[in-house]
Amino acid sequence: MTYLTERSASRRRVWFYPLLRKAGVVTDATATTAGYDAAEEFLDRQSPIQRLQGILHAYPWLSPAVVLVVALIIFSSITSLFAQPGNLGTITQQTAVTATLALGQTLIILTAGIDLSCGAVMVFSSMVMAKMAFDQGVAGLPALFLGIVVGGLAGLINGLLVTRVNLPPFIVTLGTLGIFTSLTLLYATGRTVRNRELADELKWLGKPVLLPGGFTITYGVLVMIALYLVFAYVLRYTAWGTHVYAVGDDPDAARLAGIQVNRVLLSVYATAGVIFGIAGWVLIGRVNAASPNSGIDANLDSITAVVIGGTSLFGGRGRVFGSLIGALIVGVVDNGLSVAGLDEAYKRLAIGTLIIVAVTADQWIRRARA
Amino acid sequence: MTETTTTTTGGGTSTVQPVLEGRGLVKTYGRVVALDGADFALYPGEVLAVIGDNGAGKSTLIKALSGAEIPDTGDMFLDGQPVSFKRPTEARAMGIETVYQTLAVAPALDIATNMYLGREVRKPGPLGSVFRMLDGAGMRKSAKAQMTELGIGTLQNMAQAVETLSGGQRQAVSVARAAAFGSKVIILDEPTAALGVRESAQVLRLIQNLRERGMPVILISHNMPQVFEVADRIHVQRLGKRAAVITPKSVSITDVVAIMTGALQVPAEDQMLGPVR
Ligand SMILES: Nc1ncnc2c1ncn2[C@@H]1O[C@H](COP(=O)(O)OP(=O)(O)OP(=O)(O)O)[C@@H](O)[C@H]1O
Ligand SMILES: [Mg+2]
Repeated sequence: MTYLTERSASRRRVWFYPLLRKAGVVTDATATTAGYDAAEEFLDRQSPIQRLQGILHAYPWLSPAVVLVVALIIFSSITSLFAQPGNLGTITQQTAVTATLALGQTLIILTAGIDLSCGAVMVFSSMVMAKMAFDQGVAGLPALFLGIVVGGLAGLINGLLVTRVNLPPFIVTLGTLGIFTSLTLLYATGRTVRNRELADELKWLGKPVLLPGGFTITYGVLVMIALYLVFAYVLRYTAWGTHVYAVGDDPDAARLAGIQVNRVLLSVYATAGVIFGIAGWVLIGRVNAASPNSGIDANLDSITAVVIGGTSLFGGRGRVFGSLIGALIVGVVDNGLSVAGLDEAYKRLAIGTLIIVAVTADQWIRRARA
Repeated sequence: MTETTTTTTGGGTSTVQPVLEGRGLVKTYGRVVALDGADFALYPGEVLAVIGDNGAGKSTLIKALSGAEIPDTGDMFLDGQPVSFKRPTEARAMGIETVYQTLAVAPALDIATNMYLGREVRKPGPLGSVFRMLDGAGMRKSAKAQMTELGIGTLQNMAQAVETLSGGQRQAVSVARAAAFGSKVIILDEPTAALGVRESAQVLRLIQNLRERGMPVILISHNMPQVFEVADRIHVQRLGKRAAVITPKSVSITDVVAIMTGALQVPAEDQMLGPVR
């Protein structure tokens, strides 16, 4: 018994003990002397695989982080051009739009929903901003604000259809994807607002920010990161964030606990719409124009980032930073292949494989029992 | 059946007011009549068991009493005052806590979060009021204190996800949540249905614990030995109605089963419609 107690004390000191504890692999109770024999037996019964499952269960962003690091190492060793500060800065710029969309998409997927219309909402918002300022003579800032409001309204429409009409999110947003896309084309009358014609405020996010070490990012990247920080906080530390997870995890349990499920869902779709509107602003900064034909695959890219980032399509599980990592993985693979001069076709192969692997891993992790 | 708060008991009359009462409750789901004019009364400090066949309307009855379903007709009273609940929060705000048959916990969330779900506590000062920050540490601490008070020693780490717990531990979380916030009534719908012998005993001990604190408990169960062990009175539900109210002392387990199936009628003078004590 003394021997076991000593072992329990030393076990407490290992660096990954808090990790195991959070994963539920060990509990304080199992580490106290009283229940120790049983606990020791219990721990020994768990295979390393089961422990891994428990850890990934508690830290869903861990495996995407490993994938990102591996991808960085592979491309760095293929070509020396890849790891240049200039190129790494470019990757973050290329990733900013997808990452911003993926943030809104994460909120929706956490509630076990999905948004196919996010790219269309983004482009619609960017056209409203650009044309308000260019054609209607609205000043830059109010035009920007209007564009973001339009994004929020579009999200609200999705949310109302999901909650009041009770339609599956997939169908709702498949429908609004078409509607918002054609509204954009009709509104833009098929015309791109070019760089020279854009209001200055709308181009802010394309401006470069020089970081020490030769990295160049843009204000768009900073806005994207700021949004991630805000929503990481909101999801982790506020009641609304807890309710978003609860609604996605088990809507019936949430309702019985007194959460107004439909109100949470509505607020999530509207908030995501605002984020997609801001993504429209980031998009203008990135491409230096507002074109009704941009962002065709943006919706699928955002879903890809969220899924690769370890957020469960079944809702209630995931972290926004996982989606940022997911977006970076896509950006790194994309950029790495072209810098290395490899065929673009490999990108789809690699990303497609990652999606399948990520969802399989999610299924497996969700079965974890400590 | 008596329609007043002054009811005939086995021995004489009593003027003790029920804590929670339902009269003539009706609830239909389409063509299914789940409650067909059911009466119900819970008295202070008692454990009232509600038993009956599958589909007798037990869950529907307590859903009406806890605001999870709105009865089509009928009246409900809390401490003699008429009440009507449109959603569970309204019943909870008045001190009625329920552990539903379909364990209403969010599996991916941790124990403390589940205990405070829907009534999270914010940090004091501007962190809470301006930044809406939740008092995670405080909630975990109170959750743990609650567990200790109820004698649930096996749950130590309040940051552990509920899905990593055993069935009995999950049940303990639900019961502890109800006990922590219920000020008037605690309702348990088949809390031991999915549990082993040892874990069931634990939940029964929790119920006795609550009774010792003077908290009235409604216990729905199919397990007759358990019902006879902890209940002060037994409400027998049959075909959406209250068929009889008896005590464990006045009737044998075999007779109770006969009453449940309608093979045996209990004359009014043998019933225990009022409080036992
Ligand atoms: N949401 C619902 N929709 C339709 N019918 C329902 C619903 N809930 C209950 N019912 C029906 O109402 C009747 C009473 O159901 P209830 O759940 O109250 O029974 P119960 O006594 O709790 O049974 P059990 O012992 O199986 O839990 C049953 O016939 C059931 O099928
Ligand atoms: Mg039931």
